[in-house]
Amino acid sequence: MELDPDDLFRDDEDDPDNELYQERESTKELVVYLVDASPKMFSNTTPAGDGEEETHFHVAVSCISESLRKQIINASYDEVAICFFNTREKRNLQDLNGVYVFNVAERDYLDRPTARLIKEIGNVEESFMSKIGSQYGITSGSRENSLYNALWVAQALLRKGSTRTVDKRVLLFTNEDDPFGSIKGITKTDMMRTTLQRAKDAQDLGISIELLPLCRPDDDFNVSTFYSDLVGLSGDELAQFMPTVGEKLEDMKDQLRKRMYKKRIVRKITFSIANGISIQLSSYALIRPTLPGAITWLDSVSNRRLKAERSFVCADTGALVQESVKRCQPYKNENIKFSVEELSEIKKFSTGQLRLLGFKPLNCLKEFHNLRPSTFVFPSDQELIGSTCVFIALHKSMLRLKRFAVAFYGSPSRPQLVALVAQEEIISAGGQVEPPGMHMIYLPYSDDIRHTEELHKGSNVAAPHASDDQIRQAANLINRLDLKDFSVFQFANPALQRHYAVLQALALDEDDIPEIKDETLPDEEGMSRPGVVKVIEEFKLSVYGDNYDEESAVGNASETTKKRKAAVENAVKENANYDWADLADNGKLKDLTVVQLKYYLIANNLPVTGKKEALISRILTHMGK
Amino acid sequence: MARNKDATVLLIDVGPSMHRALPQIEKLCSMLVEKKLIYSKYDEVGVVLFGTEGTENDLTREVGGYDHIVVLQNIKVVDEHLVETVQQLPRGTHNGDFLDAVIVGMDMLIKKYGETNKGKKRLCLFTNAHFPTKPPQEGTREDQVITISGHMNTQGMRMESIVIRGELTGEAKKSIMDENDHLLDIFSKRTCAKLVHVESPISLLGALKTRKISPVTIFRGDLELSPKLKILVWVYKKTSEEKFPTLKKYSDKAPPTDKFATHEVEVDIQYKIAEDPSNVVPPEERIKGYRYGPQVIPISSAEWDAVKFKPEKSVKLLGFADAQNIMRHYYMKDVNIFIAEPGNKGSILAVSALARAMKDKNKVAIVRCVWRQGQANVVVGALTPNVSDNDNIPDSFYFNVLPFTEDVREFQFPSFNNFPASWQPNELQQEAADDFVRMFDLAPSGKQEVLPPDLTPNPVLERFYRYLELKSRDPDTAVPPIDETLRKISEPDKELIAENKSVIDAFRSCFELKENPKLKKSSRRLLKEKPSVSDYREDHMDISDQPNSNEHTSGIKVTKIGDSAPVQDFEAMMSRRDSPEWVGKAIKDMKNKIHDLVEDSHEGDNYPKALECLVALRKGCILEQEPNQFNDFLRSLCKFCQEKYLSSFCEFLATKELTLIPKTEAIDSEVTDAEARSFLIKSEPKLE
Repeated sequence: MELDPDDLFRDDEDDPDNELYQERESTKELVVYLVDASPKMFSNTTPAGDGEEETHFHVAVSCISESLRKQIINASYDEVAICFFNTREKRNLQDLNGVYVFNVAERDYLDRPTARLIKEIGNVEESFMSKIGSQYGITSGSRENSLYNALWVAQALLRKGSTRTVDKRVLLFTNEDDPFGSIKGITKTDMMRTTLQRAKDAQDLGISIELLPLCRPDDDFNVSTFYSDLVGLSGDELAQFMPTVGEKLEDMKDQLRKRMYKKRIVRKITFSIANGISIQLSSYALIRPTLPGAITWLDSVSNRRLKAERSFVCADTGALVQESVKRCQPYKNENIKFSVEELSEIKKFSTGQLRLLGFKPLNCLKEFHNLRPSTFVFPSDQELIGSTCVFIALHKSMLRLKRFAVAFYGSPSRPQLVALVAQEEIISAGGQVEPPGMHMIYLPYSDDIRHTEELHKGSNVAAPHASDDQIRQAANLINRLDLKDFSVFQFANPALQRHYAVLQALALDEDDIPEIKDETLPDEEGMSRPGVVKVIEEFKLSVYGDNYDEESAVGNASETTKKRKAAVENAVKENANYDWADLADNGKLKDLTVVQLKYYLIANNLPVTGKKEALISRILTHMGK
Repeated sequence: MARNKDATVLLIDVGPSMHRALPQIEKLCSMLVEKKLIYSKYDEVGVVLFGTEGTENDLTREVGGYDHIVVLQNIKVVDEHLVETVQQLPRGTHNGDFLDAVIVGMDMLIKKYGETNKGKKRLCLFTNAHFPTKPPQEGTREDQVITISGHMNTQGMRMESIVIRGELTGEAKKSIMDENDHLLDIFSKRTCAKLVHVESPISLLGALKTRKISPVTIFRGDLELSPKLKILVWVYKKTSEEKFPTLKKYSDKAPPTDKFATHEVEVDIQYKIAEDPSNVVPPEERIKGYRYGPQVIPISSAEWDAVKFKPEKSVKLLGFADAQNIMRHYYMKDVNIFIAEPGNKGSILAVSALARAMKDKNKVAIVRCVWRQGQANVVVGALTPNVSDNDNIPDSFYFNVLPFTEDVREFQFPSFNNFPASWQPNELQQEAADDFVRMFDLAPSGKQEVLPPDLTPNPVLERFYRYLELKSRDPDTAVPPIDETLRKISEPDKELIAENKSVIDAFRSCFELKENPKLKKSSRRLLKEKPSVSDYREDHMDISDQPNSNEHTSGIKVTKIGDSAPVQDFEAMMSRRDSPEWVGKAIKDMKNKIHDLVEDSHEGDNYPKALECLVALRKGCILEQEPNQFNDFLRSLCKFCQEKYLSSFCEFLATKELTLIPKTEAIDSEVTDAEARSFLIKSEPKLE
């Protein structure tokens, strides 16, 4: 179905790792977002950055909406359902009170997100009170239990798909740590028991329930009141679970956002250290380029999907050839033939294993020792007990001694030397910024490194290096143009954002495409501040002297461009010497030389390629004859 | 083609002290010639040996002197004989004079090309420079080298000197080596020459670029610090993966008698509507569609061009950031290099001043790049300073691409401190680890770094080209095993292990590693709770094992499905291996059993049991690759239920997540995932 035409001729074995960049259908997950919509969610607010207050409900919904957008961009197959509880209205298959499954047309309750869903969930707050309504679902005097109902609805939504192939999760957003606080006595214990039982039933079916508590700095969310039993936490885990309560709304959002994603292991790797010591690692792709989705060809009349069928045809006989044909490489005027087995044998170097070769100081890892995005590795005790302990010890030593490990990674696609760089855990108010572990950096071979800087090695003139004064001026400039708190991935990719904004508008049949702000553009305003302009002028003066403008003018018109310009001027001049209309009418164009014909073409800014006949016909077409 | 041809003269020291390095040099040179035969077959190569017993060169005939230098091969276009020539270099008996050899090589190049082909004439010198060169008739050796350098420059020659030291060539007098190094260094300072020292066989193999790649700029234009300050730069690739060659598909369909057969394979692509495979859709009736979640949105190329993101070609500075904020693992791609426009003094100085200031202050520059007009995306990356210590080479910047928000997955990992105490290394263990990390050293002080990326060849490519050469002589030869030198790239050095045996042993004895004994069981338990795809395969085996063991303990062979334990009976029958018919019989019997259970049920009392049987049947059908047996049965069963007013059974099944077997679970199935899931749900009356 998805065939990028450019990819068709790619070698089959090219890069199987690539598929890991995009998520696959077989590892999809099914998620139900259960959002508490009780009045407390609307009344409790958290101060946002600009002095405004935001309700917890808004925080939860915007997290979900962001996650849905991200899902679209990652081309994921995950299916989601959005379900509010503690609502006035009800909408669910079981017809239970206080639970409202939010949905849009042409979509199942639990389905992949569509353009309309993303649009509607973004606007849900405007009409929430009138259409869905908020009210406490658990009150004294009634036997209604909205939390129980919500879990039941979620479980029913998740019944599709076998737990063999999919992960099922319920993410519960609430700011009420004691949902049964308003009732007392036997009713309370009874309701708590049945609710916990419902949660346990769901968990027994392979559904994991995760809690995303919303809270305020002055009002802690006490997990142990009720929810620790519901999600099955105890002791140590409990301490780990509760994130530090953020001062800022942004921090809380960050924490929520990070917890919404499930880790996916790319591969389990055996890391053999020395003389028979091996430990178990899991690798994760934390950073991979996200590309716009592949092109799917459609029938332009019916818009139905097209299937591309590739067949291999023998050029000599026209017979069909099977896929697993021999390969050949022309060499010494011959075709040297290889079987597929021979080729894979050549590439085989310690299959799949990661082998430690030794350690080097960190300054041996140069800035240009990079080819591909790195892979993160984290120890696992699942198969080899003791792996984590060895890993932590090495991790600590490497950090302390400022060394990295060099290892050989025998991946079947490209066996490669890698650097394992230990990364210390970094935590900020928004949660974990850098997880502890090691990053596997793919090192280039000598074949991959080019010595381009030596290319223009001046034969006689020594290349000038800057003087101390010039360096000082540059330092001033750097101070002025400092990006405070720059974070590596703070920019959204404008091309991707635009891509999906266009698609979303088209999907919803909207005419105007929303403008996407390109965050990557420099701060023009800041650049024109007098202080900045001053250091720039000083730097310019120090490096270029007075002739900056001349230099750049000279530089712009390099020799080739000058030549080209001269040629055009000459052509224009020569062009005037011919009476083209007359020549054309009398069929005398063919008597001219190609050089003469080109005068006309250049002067009229037409292409000059092709044979003489082509040039003549181009001239005639241009003259309208 | 020929316009682009390069001429290379290999100057190889074959004196006695070089003999141990010669096998690697032979490999390196033959690799050079082999790659030329494929990628630039009009290139010319000459071979000069020095330190030989005899003397055979033009200069000795013309002016005398230049002893023990043999021109093994005059400059000529590469061919298969040359591969063989450089693979069997004769061993010499004298200590070579590399300066004489350089002059002989230059003489050959001048005689052949005169002053033409500037910049495409190259000398490659392999020597250990262990012995003094002949003292010149007048002036010092240094003056002599300076004169030679001057000639090289006027002739437009380049030189690469590979000086082999360390384990490969043994000991020599330090003072002589230092003087020779100094002389060679003059070349690299004054001419387009490069000097590489190598100490290990692997580094020797990686010391020379064996494949010529003409450098192409990615971008030429302004690096805009601000609208008022623009520096002219050229951007090249610094690293770029040299891929395994893309081999052509070979067709052997043509009769062997056909001498003109191309043996080529053409790829033919036809687009068809999935539901109507007989119809081929011509290109003009196709339209591109892009995915948006489950939807595919059609859009023509023209429309797309009108609305897509179109940034202007430019390279703009956003500002400077602290180097420690830009961590190494954020680098996304291969690396580019920013060089000031050659010959433009102002730009060279500006780049140099910035690079040096950035280095001092430990800063990087964040830039936004659009390399070409019409490029559909922007790239944000970091410029890091590359300060040159050679006066001949200007300072430059390395450029690494940084990720966008969309490219990062912020997975959360447990803090190491939160792990149980048994997972934390104790003091003793930590000490052992410290020793190990310190001692198991690839960059010992005073010696050359082992396996530096700049000098380590790609072992796969080495293997491929060597095998290609072998195959060209004997098409049936098998892939040779990995050779000792290349093995050092993929396996730890035995000597290094031996040297650090005590440290490694101490490290090893400190830690206890054992296979998880509970794994089998726990993975089985996990299966029920949270299976993943990879566990699925184990599951297969577990299931087929279990009934077998039952069989042994009970000792009775099951021949039919009884009433008391139909599931167990079924599984036992399915696993009987004494005749293939048992599988078919088991499925058939089970179907009848389920049918009976449903039909006989009173107010649904048999439903749970029927479900159990259905689940077992489903599993069995997947295992035996008989998905259609199950799917057909389930369909007919539901139809039967609806006709017989037993639709409550279908509803019951729907709530229990029983589905048809989709293609993802058994490849022979014709049912898609969606169909499988919706099958029972559909038959259920809507509650809305």
